[in-house]
Amino acid sequence: MSASIEQLSCQELVELVTSYLEGALPPGEHASFEHHIAGCTGCHEYLRQMRQTIELTGQLTPADISPDAEQKLRAAFRDWQAT
Amino acid sequence: MEHAVSLDDARLVKALRARDERVFEELMRMYNASLLRVALIYVPSRAVAEDVVQETWIGVLNGIDRFEARSSLKTWIFRILTNIAKTRGQREGRTVPFSALERPEAVPEAAVDADRFRAADHERWPGHWSSKPEPWPEERLLAAETRAVVERAIEDLPPAQRAAISLRDVEGWSSEETRNALGVSETNQRVLLHRARSKVRQALEDYLKETR
Repeated sequence: MSASIEQLSCQELVELVTSYLEGALPPGEHASFEHHIAGCTGCHEYLRQMRQTIELTGQLTPADISPDAEQKLRAAFRDWQAT
Repeated sequence: MEHAVSLDDARLVKALRARDERVFEELMRMYNASLLRVALIYVPSRAVAEDVVQETWIGVLNGIDRFEARSSLKTWIFRILTNIAKTRGQREGRTVPFSALERPEAVPEAAVDADRFRAADHERWPGHWSSKPEPWPEERLLAAETRAVVERAIEDLPPAQRAAISLRDVEGWSSEETRNALGVSETNQRVLLHRARSKVRQALEDYLKETR
């Protein structure tokens, strides 16, 4: 006999998505999560959107410091180099 | 577990000690964006954050001969940054709410608005979607405008959440690298990341729903 799987509501599931993606859920909760996803189109879509969000975020260019600040840093490096 | 000395670190440290400017450029390229994000947790403006980054590199250069590789070079650099940023933040009269980094879960925040779900006492479907997420149109997801929405949503986040998502998802760092750079526990790193990603997802949903 298999242990019964704890029922998760959709509202509970959305709070577990990051832990799930990080592989940080305890085995029981992990099983509940996957069981829920398999039968719930809303949560299935939600998980997909979170993955799409992560992917889109990964396409951004990191916000760099201003060229002016970068120039100052190069100057600071050369000062240090000369010491 | 963090390896105290990686081959790459050994190479970088050696070259920096030899005053190699190309390696300094390489380090700036690798870390400046993240240093800026983390500094902004503690200081009120971008201009001040850039000062902090500047002071950090000066601290790194002046300290590199004494660097003992007890942590990774990256962790060491971010520790220097955090110390400088905290001092500077205090001087600027900015105090970071203790809970922002140490106990983010103290202030509850829902990933999705409660009104998207049925009530907890609904007889058949308690806590289930009342308005469930609809698939996003693929072609619009790829548009430059959509990326701009993501960018704006990240800018609008509270600084600690913004730093977490920038390091993890923009820079592609591991959770361990991120929590070392932020100086937070693994759990808190995850809470910050979860909140950040959830809000960005919501911003995307709002955008993709409203304009068709």
